This record gives sequence, C-alpha cells and structure tokens, in this order.
Amino acid sequence: MLIIKNLHAEVEEKEILKGIDLSVNAGEVHAIMGPNGSGKSSLASVLAGRKNFHVTRGEVIFKGKNLLDSAPEDRAREGLFLAFQYPMEIPGVSNINFLKTAIAEIRAHRNLPPLEAKEFLRMSREKQKLVEFDAQLVNRSLNEGFSGGEKKRNEIFQLAMLEPELAILDETDSGLDIDALRIVSKGVNKLRSDKNAFIIITHYQRLLEYIVPDYVHVLYDGRIVKSGTKELAMELEEKGYDWLKEEARGKETRERATI
Amino acid sequence: MVQEPAIPLYEEVVDGFNKLLSGPTAAVAGPRAESNSLRRAREAAFGRFRERGFPSIKDEDWRYTQIARFLKDKYDLSGTFDQDQSALADKAEIPSLDSYRIVLVNGTWQRNASRGVPPSGLLLLTTAEAKQDPVFAHYFEQRTGDHHFTALNAALFTDGIFIRVDANAVPDRPLHIVHVYTADRNLLVQPRHVVIVNRNAALTVIESVVSGSPPDGPRILVNSVAEIMVEQDAQLEHILIQTAGQSTRLIQHTTVRQKRQSLYNNFTVTLPGSELVRNELHVRMEEEYSESHLYGLYLTGGRQLVDNHTLVDHQKPSCQSNELYKGVLLDQSTGIFNGKIYVHKDAQKTNAFQQNNNLVIGDKATIDSKPQLEIFADDVKCSHGSTVGQFSEEALFYLRSRGIGEQTAKGLLINAFAFDVTEKIRTPALRSHINHLIGDHIPAVNS
Ligand SMILES: Nc1ncnc2c1ncn2[C@@H]1O[C@H](COP(=O)(O)OP(=O)(O)OP(=O)(O)O)[C@@H](O)[C@H]1O
Ligand SMILES: [Mg+2]
Repeated sequence: MLIIKNLHAEVEEKEILKGIDLSVNAGEVHAIMGPNGSGKSSLASVLAGRKNFHVTRGEVIFKGKNLLDSAPEDRAREGLFLAFQYPMEIPGVSNINFLKTAIAEIRAHRNLPPLEAKEFLRMSREKQKLVEFDAQLVNRSLNEGFSGGEKKRNEIFQLAMLEPELAILDETDSGLDIDALRIVSKGVNKLRSDKNAFIIITHYQRLLEYIVPDYVHVLYDGRIVKSGTKELAMELEEKGYDWLKEEARGKETRERATI
Repeated sequence: MVQEPAIPLYEEVVDGFNKLLSGPTAAVAGPRAESNSLRRAREAAFGRFRERGFPSIKDEDWRYTQIARFLKDKYDLSGTFDQDQSALADKAEIPSLDSYRIVLVNGTWQRNASRGVPPSGLLLLTTAEAKQDPVFAHYFEQRTGDHHFTALNAALFTDGIFIRVDANAVPDRPLHIVHVYTADRNLLVQPRHVVIVNRNAALTVIESVVSGSPPDGPRILVNSVAEIMVEQDAQLEHILIQTAGQSTRLIQHTTVRQKRQSLYNNFTVTLPGSELVRNELHVRMEEEYSESHLYGLYLTGGRQLVDNHTLVDHQKPSCQSNELYKGVLLDQSTGIFNGKIYVHKDAQKTNAFQQNNNLVIGDKATIDSKPQLEIFADDVKCSHGSTVGQFSEEALFYLRSRGIGEQTAKGLLINAFAFDVTEKIRTPALRSHINHLIGDHIPAVNS
C-alpha cells in the first residue's frame, strides 16, 4: 500500500529526514517510536503534504501512485489520513459542517453519489458511539476550547468518519487518560481490517498493548535505525534509547571509515 | 475655499441649485412651494457646501479615499424614469423573511411595489410629503452636520422616506426597505430619510441597496443622508445590506441620536459591487443609559473601494457601545476603516469597545485601519484593537488534509472569520441570506 524509498526531506534548509525506507501493506499495523526531535512528526507531515517540508531525495508510492506530486486534499481523497499530534483549533467552522464538507468532497472525488443527510447523521451517531465522542462537541467549532484529550478523540472520530485506507496516528495517545486510551484503542481495533493499514507514532509501549503492532520501527536522527516486532517496544521501554543511539553512531563511524 | 476647476460636478450642482431656487419648473423635481424656513435652510447648507467644495485627499477624513476620480463624470441631477423600475427590487429578495417591503427607486417611494401588510403603529410618508407637513418640516431644516456631502444633500435633497413608529408600538415584523438605483444616463441622486422610533417602541429596519445598470453602464452617484431618532426606552435594530452593482457610487451618511435607555443596533454589510462605498455612521448618545452595538462586515472585490467611517459620541454618563467591524479583502480592492470613539468630559462610567479585524486575501488588496479614541472622562472602560492578517496556513492544511479542496477550505475560513458578526444577526432568515451572499462571492462555499 505504501512504499517509502530513501526519503530525504528538509525544513528551512535543515535536513530532517535522512533516508527513510519503509513498506506498509494492507492489513498491517506499524509502530514508529524514537526520541524527541528524531523526525517522526516530520515524516507524517511529508506524507500528508505539509507545505514547508521539501523532499530532496527519494520517493513515496501510495497505492501504486507517486504520492509526493499530489495536493494534500488529493492524498486524503485517495485514502490517507493523519491524526495530528497537535490538532488545530478553527473557531467558526463547525465540527459537523467540516466533516460534511470533507465527506462530500471525498465522495465526489471517488465518483460516489453525495451522502444523504439522514445517512450522514446515522453514520455520525454510530461513530460517535464507537469512540465515545460527546455529541455536544460534534456541534461546536472545530476543536475550539476542546481539552487536549477531547482534541485527540476528535481526531479519531474524524478517522472513523472518513474511513481511510492508511491512517497515521501521531502520538494520539499522549494526553489521553487511561479510559480514553482504552476507548481510542478499541475504536482503532474495530476499524482495523485486511483492507487498511495503520502507522502509529507513540512514545509508550502501553498503547501497543492495546493496539498490537505487526512491526515496530525506531526512528533516530532522520533514519530508521532498528525494526522489529512488538518485543522491540518492550525492550525500549526497559532500556531506553541510548543503546540504539550508540549503535547508530557506531554504524555511522564505520560507514565513514569505509569510504 | 474655492473649488478646483477639475471637478465639473461642482458647476453642475451650483447650476442645479440655482434652478431649484428659481421655482417649480426646475429640472430638480419636487420643491413646490417649500416653506421659507426650508428654503433658508437649503441656502445656508449650500453656502456651507460652497465654502468647502468636494473633499480632497487634503481633508483628513478623506485621506485614503480619493473621491476626485468619481466626480469627474458629468452627472444629471434629475433621476426620473419613464418606466417602472421597481421589479429590480427582486434582487434584494430575502428568502423566507416575513416582512413589510417597500421599494424606493432613486430615492422615490414606489407605493405600488409595496408587499405585505403594513404593520400597525408605523407611519410612512415620502420625504416630499413630510417636508411639506408643518409637524415634520423641522427634521429637514436642521443642520445635518458640517460635512461636504451632508451640506450638499441638505441643499439639494428631493425625496426619500419618512418613518415614524408610535410610542409603545412594536411592529410584529421588520420593515424591509429596498433602495433601487438605476439610470439610463449618469445620475446624481440625493435622497434624505428620517426614522423616528418613539418612546418605548421597537422596530427592525432592513435596508437593501441594489442597482439596475450594467457594470459598464451609466454611473450613479448616490449621496444619501439619514437621520434616526431613538427616543427614551425605544429600540431599533438596523440592518444595511449593500449589494449594488459596480456602476454605483454610494456615499451615505447616517446620524443616530439616542435618548435615555434606548438601544440601537446596526449591521452594515457590504459586498462586492459598487465601485465606491463610503459609509459614515455617527451614533450620538445624548442621554444616560443608552446602549449601542455596531457590527460591520465588508467583503470587497474587484477594484472596489469600501470606506467605513464610524463615530460613537458618548455625551452622557453610563452609556455602553460595542463595535466590531470585520473585513475580507479580495482581488485588488481597498478597504478603509476609521472608528472614532469620543467620550465627553461628562460621560463618566462609559463602556466603549471597538474592534476591527481584516483578512487580506487578494495579492493587491489593501486595508487602512485606524482607530481613534478621544477620551475626556476619567472613569471609563474603553478598548480598541485592530488586526490585519492572511489565511492561516496551518488551518488551511488541517482542512485540506481531510480532503477539503483549497477553494472550499478558504471559503470555510472566510465564513468562519465573518461568523463573529453574522452570528449576532438574530433573524435566522436574514442570517442565512447574508451567509449566502458571502458564499456567492466565494464560489466553492455554497456547493
Ligand atoms: N517547521 C519547522 N521549522 C524548523 N525546524 C523544524 C520544523 N518542524 C520540525 N523541525 C525540527 O525537525 C526535527 C524533528 O522534529 P519532529 O517534530 O519531526 O520530531 P518528533 O520525532 O516528532 O519529536 P516528538 O517526539 O517530540 O514529537 C526537530 O529538530 C524539530 O525542531
Ligand atoms: Mg512529534
């Protein structure tokens, strides 16, 4: 579904992603971990099409097509979704109207007939229930005055409504209380199928107990320095990142020595 | 000051005024047998106008509004029509609004085009009638301020509408006044309107301004003056929607006088169209405990110039005013906001707030925003703020990342920006009408 090859990207002329390779197939859940500032959100931003990130090398293929050429809205219409680490507050745009508009444009793009108002309402109720998202919040301005946890839940509510093929969750678990974590995980697990895939960026092994990943990757200094299965997450929880940082540095010196 | 010869309209109005004074055969309609006092008032006003002439950019209040280029054309001073033009009022239709609608064409009330049942407690006359009535004549004789255009209007006004609400009357639906401006030759129209809301009465007035001539058709210069009295304990909700076409040039001066414990709410909504709009709104709080809310929304497009000058004049203690003007500037348009709050020495316990926010979208669009506070009392709460910004890239990205196209996303953000003003409109039919008008100029929004 997604193939990332030797991806390099910079922001404000500073290289942040320094050669990322990653393949995600339908039905898989990949977790990405790594120290603060290592480039996890940057990778998500590049995939979603944020303007100020410039790809300098490499390519990204999504569903057989070059992803990097298309506008953010077209990526979303093709089935990509990013749950933001820091969701925007947009006063004056109502949550529900925003979703209605998004669904209308996505459906138009896919040559599907517009969703009937009744059907939209039914779906919205169902998904609210799934992620236990307060009906009051649905009618408010987009994220305006929402608590940190409410914003994260709203991201998952949107995810549930838009039913993407590839969802990237950027630290959706940070700021969630234990109950919310359980609810969000339950929601994601319900949405999991052999047709879609998830990339879950997190700092905590706890989330991965609820949403069990097929693969775990560690991103450090713009590169994936280690990949493994869910046991890797447990090892990280225990030992921290230092050993990986050292390994990575050692590898770099060796590489330099061989040149 | 002697007027620079570059403005031919100056000669025309001098000529027009002489004809007006020389009797009923004049080209200017309507001045039959006016009282001597009205004639004297006209002469005095014309004297003031001759002294000042038309404003130039040397006048502080007109610094950013170069009016001269709009005065170069030759204008006719008589605006009568052979055919009935009132059908143009349909352009101002507000779907599912229950109102009593009246239509003025070039300032003259077309009685046959009225629609709905006139609410009780409401007296409507033409200005031509009212100025002849000994009871009402004084409204047309008093000085309307010392401005260039108000003086000219006081000297040369012909018609308009006169509205009076009886004491304690609360008409059950809004009065919708549709101003149609249309011409087959360049025209100067100078209507004069009076609104009196008597003690303890309440009224909602919606004014729509529309036009007939095509964008490159004859030019119509409208120099309109309205005087509004809101008496003790009375309330007036006043909405102005300007959607006239490009060939119109609107200069409009409204003075509101508020008595004790009265409430005046104004919404001024200007949309792309008229190449020149100058709204001058003066609210004079002449007695204690009066309250006023002024909301403005200007969405400007093309090469339009939209200038809102407001004055809130706190003369007496314990009055409250609140002003919020928001502007969205598209294309190569120019916006001007000048908001003056004047708090007299006597006006202790004044609360006066003002805010002007602008979203500049067009690459060549500009805005001049100038708050002006002059405060001579010490026990007051006053604040003002002014912002000029562009679209938030972050907000745009968030919307687009959910599959919403760039144009639609921008439309949503424009509506969101305007929301602070539109949400204050209490009549749902009117609110959705205005949202649609906004949407019409941001094509993706109404889809
Ligand atoms: N817009 C920007 N301008 C300048 N530097 C940026 C920008 N965005 C990200 N960076 C830098 O890129 C690096 C990677 O940031 P990124 O947000 O991707 O880290 P992260 O792995 O998500 O960290 P965290 O775990 O703290 O969320 C950091 O050094 C950060 O300061
Ligand atoms: Mg991050």
